[in-house]
Amino acid sequence: MMWARFLDTFFNLKVMAQYLPKILEGMLVTVQLAVCIVATGILAGLVLALVRAFRIRPVNWGIILLVDILRALPPLVIIILFYFALPGVGIRLSGFVSTWLALSLVLTAFAEEIFWAGILAVPRGQWEASRSTGLTFIQTLQCVVLPQAVRLTIPPLTNRTIAITKGTELGAVVAVGEILYQAQTGLSFSYNPSPLTLGAIAYVVLFVPIVYFGRWVESRFAWRR
Amino acid sequence: MATILHNFFNLEILWAALPYVLQGLAMTLLLCLVVVPLGVVGGLGVALCSTVRTPLVRWPIRVYVDFFRALPPLVLLIFLYYGMPFLGVDLPAFVAVALGFFLNNSSYYGEIFRAGIESIPRGQTEAARSTGLTAVQALTYIIVPQATRNVVPDLISNTLEVVKLTSIASVVALPEMLFAARQAQSVTYNATPIVMAGLLYVLCLWPLVRLLSRFEHKSIVLH
Repeated sequence: MMWARFLDTFFNLKVMAQYLPKILEGMLVTVQLAVCIVATGILAGLVLALVRAFRIRPVNWGIILLVDILRALPPLVIIILFYFALPGVGIRLSGFVSTWLALSLVLTAFAEEIFWAGILAVPRGQWEASRSTGLTFIQTLQCVVLPQAVRLTIPPLTNRTIAITKGTELGAVVAVGEILYQAQTGLSFSYNPSPLTLGAIAYVVLFVPIVYFGRWVESRFAWRR
Repeated sequence: MATILHNFFNLEILWAALPYVLQGLAMTLLLCLVVVPLGVVGGLGVALCSTVRTPLVRWPIRVYVDFFRALPPLVLLIFLYYGMPFLGVDLPAFVAVALGFFLNNSSYYGEIFRAGIESIPRGQTEAARSTGLTAVQALTYIIVPQATRNVVPDLISNTLEVVKLTSIASVVALPEMLFAARQAQSVTYNATPIVMAGLLYVLCLWPLVRLLSRFEHKSIVLH
């Protein structure tokens, strides 16, 4: 009796079948959002780390301040600031763009720190050796330092990226039609939480392979013993 | 410039909203004091269970950890708060948040502690056991203290993420800082309270961020 009620509540096949297309639609939006965030966030983080390598004092202070603030702010606060506060000064961003920008900024901050740690990990002697063989600063960075630094940063960067893409769920708060939003809408229309179960399944289906991929990357690229 | 000041740094509204936002900050602190220790203890338990050789213990723990690492926390929270009542289980917001965070955090902290325990050579357990310590004693006195020391940066980093994550409790109307700020914003039609909440987060968490980036700059080593 209890079991039947449980199934009817959380695994109601009729409701699930009805909302499956919506959840699939949400999965597509989640994937789109995640791809946008990863592309812009990692690229911007790399650019900032490269700028920091030039060691121009005032510029670096600016970067450090920006990164620290972005790391201390909860992503949901940034999303809400973009979506609910910016219209006050005449800037209207859609929920998708707010979430994309906010999570990209957060990823930028983390990626910059990780790339910078990777650049610092290349011993000073290598810089000096390359410069004394006649390579320019940019050539040294590009041909000697970066190839080693990027390889070192792959495991921590992968894990951080996975953690931040999971933040796409926060888009539901600003009405982005991703999985959680579709599931919640389904719940309130059908008055049955099965769409929520379906949403949870969708997330697990999307993210379990990614979590495993992260673990694989960690062991594959582990130079530390 | 004047519009920006008026909308984001409006002193009048700041004074009016300050008591509410500070009340929210107190709730955020209380929430952290509950969920962080719960998560750390749960995580240590999870890690210890995953060192047990019996597949009967190890595999369910593995599934538990992987499941809750793949399930985003807000989904879990909404499931607990809006889904469970349909089964007649009405959880108060605070309990739903604490439970959701416990399930989520114990798997994250668990992975960290597991990595720490695995970083201690097996010979130490064998040596401890051969001096007459029981398995539990070897874990408590030899393995866990060293394991914990090895993963301190990861523990701090995860704790920072947990503190930031408490902001999602605003979605289930728990009056923590972000919720208080949004309430104040919707009453005043002005974003200053949210900016203020953001500043308070930065103010409280900045020392932790500084500490962490110190650890991180040393963590990546070229061999």
